[in-house]
Amino acid sequence: MALFLIKFDLKKRVQLAQMLWLMYWFAVMAGVLVFAMGLFFKIELRKNSELMDNSESHFVPNLLIAVGLLACGINAFGGKICYDSLDSTKFAKWKGIMKPFLISCLLFMVLLILTALFCFMMRIPLQFTLAEGLKNGMKFYKDTDTPGRCYMKRTLDQMQMEFKCCGNNNYKDWFEIQWVSNRYLDFSAKEVKDRISSNVDGKYLMDAVPFSCCNPTSPRPCIQAQLTNNTAHYSYDHYSEELNIWKRGCQQALVSYYGGMLNTIGALVILVTLLEGVVMIGLQYVNTAMSTLVNPEDPESESEGWMLEKTVKETFTDIMAKMKAMSKGGQVEEGDGDGVATVS
Amino acid sequence: MTVLKIKFSFQRRVRLAQGLWLLSWVAMFTGVVIFSLGVFLKMELLRRSEVMHTMDIHMVPNMLMLVGLASVGINLCAGRICQDSMNVARFTLWKNFLTPFFMVSLLFTSLLLVAMSLSFALQPSLEESLKIGLKNGIRFYKDTDTPGRCFQKQTIDRLQMEFQCCGNSNFKDWFEVQWINNRYLDFTSKEVKDRMRSNVDGRYLVDGVPFSCCNPASPRPCIQERILDNTAHHNYEYHLEELNLHNRGCREALLSYYMGLMKTIGPGVLSVFLVQLSVLASLRYLQTAMIGVEEQENMEVETEGYILEKGVKETLNEAKENLKNLLPVWTGGQVVDGATEGDAEAEAGAEKEA
Repeated sequence: MALFLIKFDLKKRVQLAQMLWLMYWFAVMAGVLVFAMGLFFKIELRKNSELMDNSESHFVPNLLIAVGLLACGINAFGGKICYDSLDSTKFAKWKGIMKPFLISCLLFMVLLILTALFCFMMRIPLQFTLAEGLKNGMKFYKDTDTPGRCYMKRTLDQMQMEFKCCGNNNYKDWFEIQWVSNRYLDFSAKEVKDRISSNVDGKYLMDAVPFSCCNPTSPRPCIQAQLTNNTAHYSYDHYSEELNIWKRGCQQALVSYYGGMLNTIGALVILVTLLEGVVMIGLQYVNTAMSTLVNPEDPESESEGWMLEKTVKETFTDIMAKMKAMSKGGQVEEGDGDGVATVS
Repeated sequence: MTVLKIKFSFQRRVRLAQGLWLLSWVAMFTGVVIFSLGVFLKMELLRRSEVMHTMDIHMVPNMLMLVGLASVGINLCAGRICQDSMNVARFTLWKNFLTPFFMVSLLFTSLLLVAMSLSFALQPSLEESLKIGLKNGIRFYKDTDTPGRCFQKQTIDRLQMEFQCCGNSNFKDWFEVQWINNRYLDFTSKEVKDRMRSNVDGRYLVDGVPFSCCNPASPRPCIQERILDNTAHHNYEYHLEELNLHNRGCREALLSYYMGLMKTIGPGVLSVFLVQLSVLASLRYLQTAMIGVEEQENMEVETEGYILEKGVKETLNEAKENLKNLLPVWTGGQVVDGATEGDAEAEAGAEKEA
């Protein structure tokens, strides 16, 4: 007993084919959209690749681009089949490849679901890459005279201003590294000598942050130096001061920025998967309706359309039996060949 | 002597009508584009309205929006007229409407050129407006506790960071203004008291700038305080220092940004003007060609189309005559009344005397 059987006359067949053709065009545009999103995400990753130590994985955007292009191709092909299905003579040439095409559509849907899954999971490796990249970036902040690292200061400053963040996990990360280059330190001054000698590695550490950590919404001019010293500034208590510099760490800011983008893209891919499912079912109906014409010569005859020829259980057992037969058939053939060889 | 006469056979008329119908759809689309360009320009001007003193420059986007909307209407009408030109009976309904329609359309189309020339003519006014607006913004930078001005600091900081500029004309503008609020000054300290006493108005002036003036491209951490003091910082000379702070003034930065926007929009406006003009010219040809068809009541006949029936001078004189004839209709009554009143007064005066 066929699954979801529907009777079709000519008018219904024509309506189905037209609607399906339209939906295939929407699906092509959806494929273009997925391609564009993949490209956009790739560009966004490239923009901040210096902060990820140039070691970020471009697997997800590349996959999105490939899937988008594939979707365009498959859906355009499906649309062509639909367009031809209204004419029995034209449809006859597609009859042979309908079944393989439908199976490939099913596999494509599985690929889409996997892509969506990868999108949602990419957050985790991204977080690790960013943690490492930001730590190194901050270390090289002062090296504006070292070739290959001279733009790190500008990159970090612009990133902190744009994403409204300070430091790796928070602003205190700046206290643990020397971010003022030795070229600008007066080694004859007592204060500098004291600080350097008090540090184990001979680094010049201070409780200050770069200007890019400053928050413009603060009511008072930015306090960047001697942050933990309440007496250094008038009417200042660093425990209760919230608006002076950005409280968020840049790792969290960037992860939530990219994570939001990935969530949107993942949701879009799931919607495209559903659309693909719908057009696949529609095509199956068109295929079965065109194949079961009561009177093959008469285009106006009635026909039936279904989703599966037998019930789900029977179809499943059929497939298992076919697979067993294929594997057995292979063994029997090999046995024959061996037998023939030994005989001769 | 007609201006730019062209002969139109039936086939040519049909093709003209079809081409004009298509062109009117293109022109409608460009009208929408002009409207959206006007909206975009207005949004950009409104975003920075806090540092602008006057709103004169808003005339340009307002005009663009007006012309955009008008051209959508004009082109819809033109398309409609086109469709009706195939049917003589329906076309006669449009007859009286067409001449005022052309006048109004030409007026709106010429507004495009006016908008373009205004965008250059209003440049000094924009500069002046920015000068005063920025001066006030810098003056009220410290007033983060005064209602109505508490967002000035944020506005100026964001502006300086986004446009990479500092101060009004340059960073020295910050030296002439007290930009640190009295709430954060320790009046018991000797340094603060000395500075305030040394100033005539009792203001706390420093040779320092806010953090938003800092240039991220500088190789050394930003020097914001004691900028003019070479001895305060190691290996520092403020004459030679170029990358430490932003060199540009915000007035110059904003002016070049807006002029750049308007220069980019300029060619688009010019091309839309030409498209609209061609729509109107084609419509005029169609109208005049159809006049011949009406007279002879035969669709297939060959007719002539022209831009003006008589020469330019004669048409202008005719227009002047028409206007003069219209005016006495309004003033004619008064002249007559005045005469009757004067007579009545003369009579009354004569009676009194007598």
